[in-house]
Amino acid sequence: MTNGWVDIKNADMMLVMGGNPAENHPCGFKWAIEAKKTRNAKLIVVDPRYTRTASTSDLFLQIRAGSDIAFLGGMLHYAIENNRIAKEYLANYTNAAFIVKEGFKLPEDGLYSGFDATSQTYDRSSWNYEEGNDAGGETPTHAVAKAAPPAPGTPPPLPGMPAKVAYDLTLQHPRCVFQLLKQQYSRYTPEMVERITGIPKDHFLKAADLFTSIRKDGDMKKVATIMYAVGWTQHTFGTQIIRTAAILQLLLGNIGRAGGGVNALRGHSNIQGATDMGGVFDTLPGYLKVPNPTDTDLAAWLKRITPTASKPAPWDSFNYYSNTPKFAISYLKAFFGDAATKENDYAFQYMPKVDRNYSWTQIWDNMYRGSVKGMFAFGMNGVAIGPDSQKNIDALKKADFLVVGEIYPDETSEFWKSPGITTEEMKTINTTVYRLPCAGFAEKDGSMTNSARWLQWKNAAVPPPGDCRLDQDIVAQIFLKVRELYQKEGGKFPDPIVNLTWPYVNAQHPALTDLAKEMNGKALADLIDPKTQVTIKKGQQLPGFAWLKDDGTTSCGIWIYAGAWTEAGNQLARRGTEDPSGQGIYQNWAWSWPANRRVLYNRASCDPSGKPWDATRKQVWWNESAQSWVGNDVPDFKPDSHPKDHMGPFIMNAEGVGRIFAPLGLFADGPMPEHYEPIESPVENVLHPKQSNNPVVKKLKTPADKYAAPGDGFNIICTTYRLTEQYHYWTKNNPMNVQLIPEAFVEIPVELAAELGIKGNDKVKVTSARSYYVARAFVTKRIRPMMIDGKKVYQIGIPIHQGYRGIQEDEGKNARTLLNRLTPTVIDPNAFTPEFKGFLVKLEKA
Amino acid sequence: MSQATLAIKRISGHAGPAPGEGVERDYQVCKLVDTTTCIGCKACEVACLEWNGYEFTDTVFDNSYQTMPETTWKYWNLIKFNEHENSDGTISLLMRKDQCMHCADPGCLAACPADGAIVQYTNGIVDFQQQNCIGCGYCVSGCPFDIPKFNPATKKMFKCTLCVDRVSEGLEPACIKSCPTGCLHFGTKEDMMDVAEKRATQLRENFGFEKAGVYDPAGVGGTGVIYVLHDATNPEAYGGLPKDPHVPWVVRFWKGPAKWIGNLAMLGGIVGVTMHYLRFGPKTVDATKQENGGQP
Repeated sequence: MTNGWVDIKNADMMLVMGGNPAENHPCGFKWAIEAKKTRNAKLIVVDPRYTRTASTSDLFLQIRAGSDIAFLGGMLHYAIENNRIAKEYLANYTNAAFIVKEGFKLPEDGLYSGFDATSQTYDRSSWNYEEGNDAGGETPTHAVAKAAPPAPGTPPPLPGMPAKVAYDLTLQHPRCVFQLLKQQYSRYTPEMVERITGIPKDHFLKAADLFTSIRKDGDMKKVATIMYAVGWTQHTFGTQIIRTAAILQLLLGNIGRAGGGVNALRGHSNIQGATDMGGVFDTLPGYLKVPNPTDTDLAAWLKRITPTASKPAPWDSFNYYSNTPKFAISYLKAFFGDAATKENDYAFQYMPKVDRNYSWTQIWDNMYRGSVKGMFAFGMNGVAIGPDSQKNIDALKKADFLVVGEIYPDETSEFWKSPGITTEEMKTINTTVYRLPCAGFAEKDGSMTNSARWLQWKNAAVPPPGDCRLDQDIVAQIFLKVRELYQKEGGKFPDPIVNLTWPYVNAQHPALTDLAKEMNGKALADLIDPKTQVTIKKGQQLPGFAWLKDDGTTSCGIWIYAGAWTEAGNQLARRGTEDPSGQGIYQNWAWSWPANRRVLYNRASCDPSGKPWDATRKQVWWNESAQSWVGNDVPDFKPDSHPKDHMGPFIMNAEGVGRIFAPLGLFADGPMPEHYEPIESPVENVLHPKQSNNPVVKKLKTPADKYAAPGDGFNIICTTYRLTEQYHYWTKNNPMNVQLIPEAFVEIPVELAAELGIKGNDKVKVTSARSYYVARAFVTKRIRPMMIDGKKVYQIGIPIHQGYRGIQEDEGKNARTLLNRLTPTVIDPNAFTPEFKGFLVKLEKA
Repeated sequence: MSQATLAIKRISGHAGPAPGEGVERDYQVCKLVDTTTCIGCKACEVACLEWNGYEFTDTVFDNSYQTMPETTWKYWNLIKFNEHENSDGTISLLMRKDQCMHCADPGCLAACPADGAIVQYTNGIVDFQQQNCIGCGYCVSGCPFDIPKFNPATKKMFKCTLCVDRVSEGLEPACIKSCPTGCLHFGTKEDMMDVAEKRATQLRENFGFEKAGVYDPAGVGGTGVIYVLHDATNPEAYGGLPKDPHVPWVVRFWKGPAKWIGNLAMLGGIVGVTMHYLRFGPKTVDATKQENGGQP
């Protein structure tokens, strides 16, 4: 979340799309209710089905799964056409005024400039800003140059962004970002929105009018928020849906403001923490980019991952990521301690170099192909998660070993007796399965990082039962054994293992308090701030990331968590409930990264002169007498940067401003979002039928990876979701949850059920190109047939929860099929998230 | 169920305030259910089970999110779901927490023949005392909301107690405590009516629900559970909430005039017998008949 759960109460307008907070985040959703009750805030819900969130909405629109960019693009078009935009914000705080290089082409035909059809990748060098000065009023004199064709084979290295960007504050230059935006989305008319999304034009206009009404007559006081979840991310263009929302919020001036922002509602209590800690293959803790084989040494890596400022000459850009070497070297020091020296590039060569995609779907694909021989599965149920659960089961059959740390026997640890496997086949499965009983969440201490980026410490309520062990103990004991073997026997490259720091008081049982301190970081030598003369002694905890050094005198496990466990103690355990501003900032409750800031980019809550856009919701402001930024929240800005210096509020971007146009290598599939159809879609892309899907998305190629086309008889759109009564694949083991939703079901529109002769509670079979799923029919009026470009299209929805292990399952009370047997193995090209939302199926009575 | 009535004022050696400090027990207590902010999460259902010590009920999926068709003797709190078609063709998913309404004029209590099986406290809670219950089920016929349920094993009637054991200790009912959105409120009847009316006014004035209103039916003297409804003119749409509930006339007649007529008839019988005795003396039996064992 750019903002936070409590902050939702400050909203005047709320759009929920690709999410269902009432059901999946009920405790957080109270703040949406609070906004409605205390501010008369309006709630718009856009979803493929009428959810329990929709039941509290002021306006509900049923959208075709996977057409979100068309809807949001239509909103952009509406806001521009009706002049409901934040002009001053747009010109000063976004790259709307930046001029894009000649040779850049918008995707009228579905392709941006630079596409190479053979490799299915873009040469992104034309997606860049033009170097220059103020081009206000000037019209370009030279003809549009054709971009140089990419060299065969590997794409050329990406050039950097120009230090001095050409700009036009009147936003009139034909190649300025605002004009490109206007041009690209001029095609997303209400009629086009209706043809793609199935939302009738008048309904769409009602929603567009309501949402943008906060910027009526250019008034900046009101604020709108957008909340989303995996209904947006789980598409082959998921990242771009979120980009469209971000652009809309920049256009309306809603980012950085209380009650605004683009807010990712995290689906697990600590999923934000998992991402922060580098739980993805391409990032290290704190979102540092992993080294790859082109990074021959530390300098090369740091050069590649450290941006340089790129802005209009008269403006200033903090470019906070220019500090990347400090974060990276402190991270290496935390990992390798004394073994990381200046001479050995701080042990940079100990770091693995990631040479290709190792994302979730790819791991299973590699195991299916035989190159991944074993797996440790902790805190997740990989077979149930999918996509294509059967492929994952078949992959595990080929593995040498599987280690599962869990609190229940789950589908993954019992893959070898999943439905359909005969006793004979069972004998042929040679995978060794180790099932380790782990401690449950209430049996562990530690911290969780919530959607609002709050790190909250918790204590263990009860000790783990029986032989159950803490996850960190299991990992520690395996590591120590492996290290012992390397020390004894040597090996190809023992250095990273034998030199890894293990500074915990009890090596076999590392305390999470020790780990939290290590993540915060400490001084490895006496440090002095030359400005304030404040000293930090060697060995002391660091007060924040501003103290990190690139000379090996600090260590820090994750730079964004610096400040969480200082010399003042565990900030995560703070429980102060003071809220002097009444904005729900709660500065003394737990600790929020970065630097205990609650709303990111909050400099943008003020006009260029440093005065809050809305005096009733003052977050931060420029104090002229103190010559400093001050406020109710921690200013997300250089504290002494005078407004007249025009430093951009988006300090993490090299440009200092919000990116409507995302230049160069930031995204694989385009600098601005374009509507593409899901890989399995019942219709072709009406914007560009020849380029229906996201051009850079590659399908997997094993025999298990099958994809349907409408001609194959798969004509019904299927989407998947969670229910409020259940939590993923766990609670089917808990009687209290099981009785609330005792059986698996499929939500089917009344009209479709009538066509197929299906009645409520009937057993039905859903089939995709991959496999089938059996459950009860839930015939409902909450999903309606849709007209997509003149064609009648049905959608159905299936909750994810049931499987072949659980209370009901063990009693044979459901069909014991996993929903994710149906889902396709295609992924978003930026975040690598599988396309769980929106694929094609057939439906019949079982 | 619990009859705890001791209100603690001070506790020795105790950190923090005494539980229930400042709670005014002379007032009528009331639950407010704002159906317009209910998200149907069923936290109240689970909280009710856990507080009252009930475990797993083997339920069956029935083309709905609703856990079961009706409340049962061991499932006192149930959210009723209704996919309601609005007049403009749009859909609403109406969700209403169903439980004992704790009527000011409780039909169950009126119908109950067993001394002390149902009591109404001064704070308005209507509570079943199972040790006095004879399991006759008359309370069922007295209740316009179909709440009292029979436990075939113990042959006693059960229903929501409004967490009398918690409320008498100054705590809110378990359902209220568990509600994540704050659609459930608990307080005095007066305060809850005030909150409810304000919310209904807000719904009418700012959210376009012209028929929004508060459900506090006069037919049962008002209730200890009140609802804010988007459309107060159609309470039936909310899982069959009766529009004008009242204690059935049969119960009223039976426990009112009929009772007195019966008593009079009984009294009349006694008077008649006495008069007959005084007038004709004791009845004598024929000796021959007696010898034949009473047979003629």
